[in-house]
Amino acid sequence: MLSYLIRRILTMIPTLLIISVLVFVIIQLPPGDYLESHIAELQSQGEAVDEQKIQFLREQYGLDKPMIEQYWYWLTGMLQGDFGHSFEYDLPVTEVVGDRLFLTIIISIATILFTWMIAFPIGIYSATHQYSWGDYGLSTLGFLGLATPNFLLALVMLYLANVYFGTSIGGLMDAQYIGQPWSMDKLLSILEHLWIPVIVIGTSGTAGMIRRLRANLLDELQKQYVTTGRAKGLPPGKLLRKYPLRIALNFFVADVGNLLPTVISGAEIVAVVMSLPTTGPILLSALQSQDMYLAGSFLMFLAMLTVFGVLVSDIALALLDPRIRLGGTASK
Amino acid sequence: MNRAHFVSQEAFNPHSIEALTPAQEKYYMASQWKLMWWKLKRHRLAVICGVILALNYATILFSEVIAPYDLHTRNTDYIYSPPQSVHLFHQGEFIGPFVYGRSYELDLEILKRNYPENKNDVQPLRFFCAGDQYRFWGLFEASFHLVCPPDNGTFFLLGTDRLGRDMFSRITYGARISLTIGLVGIIISFALGIVIGGLAGYYGGWVDASVQRMIEVIRSFPELPLWMALSAVLPVNWSPILIFFGITVILALLDWTGLARAVRSKLLSLREEDYCAAAELMGAKPSRIIGRHLLPGFMSHLIASATLSVPAMILGETALSFLGLGLRPPVTSWGVLLNEAQNINVVALYPWLLYPVVPVILVILTFNFFGDGLRDAADPYK
Repeated sequence: MLSYLIRRILTMIPTLLIISVLVFVIIQLPPGDYLESHIAELQSQGEAVDEQKIQFLREQYGLDKPMIEQYWYWLTGMLQGDFGHSFEYDLPVTEVVGDRLFLTIIISIATILFTWMIAFPIGIYSATHQYSWGDYGLSTLGFLGLATPNFLLALVMLYLANVYFGTSIGGLMDAQYIGQPWSMDKLLSILEHLWIPVIVIGTSGTAGMIRRLRANLLDELQKQYVTTGRAKGLPPGKLLRKYPLRIALNFFVADVGNLLPTVISGAEIVAVVMSLPTTGPILLSALQSQDMYLAGSFLMFLAMLTVFGVLVSDIALALLDPRIRLGGTASK
Repeated sequence: MNRAHFVSQEAFNPHSIEALTPAQEKYYMASQWKLMWWKLKRHRLAVICGVILALNYATILFSEVIAPYDLHTRNTDYIYSPPQSVHLFHQGEFIGPFVYGRSYELDLEILKRNYPENKNDVQPLRFFCAGDQYRFWGLFEASFHLVCPPDNGTFFLLGTDRLGRDMFSRITYGARISLTIGLVGIIISFALGIVIGGLAGYYGGWVDASVQRMIEVIRSFPELPLWMALSAVLPVNWSPILIFFGITVILALLDWTGLARAVRSKLLSLREEDYCAAAELMGAKPSRIIGRHLLPGFMSHLIASATLSVPAMILGETALSFLGLGLRPPVTSWGVLLNEAQNINVVALYPWLLYPVVPVILVILTFNFFGDGLRDAADPYK
């Protein structure tokens, strides 16, 4: 197990390195550097340019140095917890990101739990009742969920809530808690608001998961051990619980790797629509103003979130399924 | 006469059991594509969705004719006008399709524009008529429309936006961009997927390993934020056409991974086939072996999976434009139209701004069903 863990973490390092190169390239893509555009902006507003500060920043971030060196500087800075400086907010990126990243993580985890809770019973039902009306109905519903873009769903839900309840369902907590330090009440308020974005973000992931779980379980149900069990006279419920379901459970954990990028993608845009105080809106505004350090750090955070999520799911899977940690490949 | 026992006079043919009926013969001799078509036809829903899609794509050829107004016509007297319903009967009397004339008043309390209908003012719609001038396909001047607003009247089937532009016309024109961007994108990602996946699958070894790694990294990245970042990088001073291609390339850059994987895994197994070894011995170059002998074997699969990734691209463009990072006016796509619906307060007052959602969802749904049917039909020998 330990060797598996070490191997798994070691393979994560090149992945993260490649991601960091990608992100750095994206940061560098806009012509000129941020200081130049920053200066231009200040001058167009008729404000004085603080030469000393510009010089200081230029040196601090090594903008006068060659590309590779800049990358190295950025990378080592990140490893030490220095994610750069947001020019728009004039704050270190970590301070801008702080709470928002935490909320993004909360939403993502809640969405995945929601997805599991919905997808598990429905998937089992449609697999065991293949080609029944229930299966068809649920599959159609799933297809609808899969095909409906979640930000459009968010828009429509916002509109409906506005028309029928006269309330705005945007936001993630009651107004009084915004900007307040963390407390029990704030947490409760967040939990109260959480369910709408979670449902909205979760729909597409849930639909996909139901379909995959159904296919997977159908494969298992056709295997010989099931026939054997049935021939031996095991009651259907027990047979299902004892064997195929356990294998399907593995799949649930393994599928996080598929689910997580979708959930995080969805969370970003839904957050913009519903104006949630997560990373979504701030990432958007950072991109719009080409505040590239902030945007780059966000991208890096989101990628790391995914990579770590997959790591956790892989470890959990290794605990569940001995075939994996012994170096063999899991049969799907 | 009741014959209890019958003996055929014909000579006994021991091969009669192997002879084929014409129907069987037709089936056995049919080409792969024909078999796929037969199999697809059995999938009723997929066929219906295919027809709907084909109709949708047909409309983009004739947007100018179908839309009652031009894309940029501003009806400054009818800003945020609600949808007008088409009536057939006036006071129990059949008149044919008509709309009621409307007047304008401003609700001073919430500053909302109201357009009450005047139930006595019957304005019949005109069909096959001359309306707004346009350049058909940018080639020649024309003014022929399928439906035109009544003389001195208006016809806003889906209402108007903040500049008094007809939503229905704009949605019709928007289909042009929204529907083609997925196709252009898929062509790019198809090429990327086949070349990169082909190289990885054919050569194996370190090429394969590095391509696999790359695909893994791209797949593990949340798609939308990366799209957002890349499209934010597009220079502001690019022309709308360049932006269009920029966005398609961006969409394609992240999409090829699925296809590349499929190509790679197929190639890995097909590479070991005898016919491949034979081609190699005869001195065929790798590009010829891949392109001529290996790819056609699973082209149908590739096309089916490509169809399934078109909706993701359409959605990607819609999402980006909705956020204001994608296409920009005057280029009009469904996402650009939805950009106006970003503010929930505006939407609450003028809900018809949400209408572009309908075609988006319809197209995404039909593409999914159609692609699903194609995928099932892609392997007719199963």
